[in-house]
Amino acid sequence: MSLDKPYTDVPGTTIFDADMSRMGYHLNQFCMSLMKAENRARFKANERAYLDEWPMTEEQKQAVLDRDLNRCIALGGNIYFLAKIGATDGKSFQQMAGSMTGMSEEQYRDMMVKGGRSIEGNRYTGEKK
Amino acid sequence: MAHISASVYTSHVPAIGAALDLGKTGEDYWKPVFQGYDFAKQWEKEQKPDVVFLVFNDHATAFSLEMIPTFAIGTAAEYQPADEGWGPRPVPKVIGHPRLAAHIAQSVIQDDFDLTIVNKMDVDHGLTVPLSLVFGQVDAWPCPIIPFAVNVVQYPVPSGRRCFMLGKAIRKAIESYDEPLNVQIWGTGGMSHQLQGPRAGLINREWDNMFLDKLISDPEGLSKVPHIEYVREAGSEGIELVMWLIARGAMSDVNGGKTPTVRHRFYHVPASNTAVGHLILENN
Repeated sequence: MSLDKPYTDVPGTTIFDADMSRMGYHLNQFCMSLMKAENRARFKANERAYLDEWPMTEEQKQAVLDRDLNRCIALGGNIYFLAKIGATDGKSFQQMAGSMTGMSEEQYRDMMVKGGRSIEGNRYTGEKK
Repeated sequence: MAHISASVYTSHVPAIGAALDLGKTGEDYWKPVFQGYDFAKQWEKEQKPDVVFLVFNDHATAFSLEMIPTFAIGTAAEYQPADEGWGPRPVPKVIGHPRLAAHIAQSVIQDDFDLTIVNKMDVDHGLTVPLSLVFGQVDAWPCPIIPFAVNVVQYPVPSGRRCFMLGKAIRKAIESYDEPLNVQIWGTGGMSHQLQGPRAGLINREWDNMFLDKLISDPEGLSKVPHIEYVREAGSEGIELVMWLIARGAMSDVNGGKTPTVRHRFYHVPASNTAVGHLILENN
């Protein structure tokens, strides 16, 4: 019997479950390594060489190099781990979250100040807005 | 015997810690957030808790994907503020209460909750931001803290029901401890927020306030809300709110005692990506 995953129809949302975690293990552990200042320095000096030390897929490495967080998440990344890349780049959590929405940094910040993204039309995939 | 005098609930947004540490609390953006905690700071000075049992979650700081404990109790003598990639927060180290923590671990495990016992752990903003909000910027935290970490990073997280029942077991453990300690239990995280994907920035004011209403008056009913409702209505990271049910389950009224007094309730949008909620319930 397959597992019940009732969260696959939530729009614009990837739930980091055991399957995603398995797929993203090395990607997330690479992110974790950036908690150490010496590793941040080595990564910044040569990103490609540092990534090649990890048994990640080529797609995962490219998504990191592109700083494409949506792609990283689709490949098993989790935002709390990916945040270590943002910290290495000197980005805030708001800048990172905003980068996944297709909005500019300013547009995203304004949306939050005005009360955030509305739940209306955002509960189910394909729902009328 | 030890007793639980009150429960405190609060969000833990990392940007709040940064605003405090960088001296931005007076800015127009942050002022309303911090004003919401003026009451708590004064109230804590009067309450003088001996120990705080602090339910929080780690954000890929102490626990990587190498180990993912669902419930982990800190039994160490002290805990250092973690470097989450921006350098450690300039806040005091956290002093534990190993004797009470060990007592709780033994009691709660015998009540069928299989806790992981942690003797070495750095604590991230999930723990230190609530301390800063409620105790202010101090040279030393006013009392020992027992950190209790809940996995809310990798799905499935524990259910609201499981958390609520765990709170009851923690209460039973604390009330059977042989020193007359005034213990507070805090539930932290939330409220609605989503930090990932095209739906990032989601806030649901109505659902958050329903959660606060029910946490006060119908925690039993609230504990039956399934995961999917948190995810859909409060955002993928809003699921942190299950941790509030641990603290609520430890209150007197759901264990045969009297209804608690609501001493303070606060709600504000936004702090960075997040809705900030804060509640204080006092046992009678």
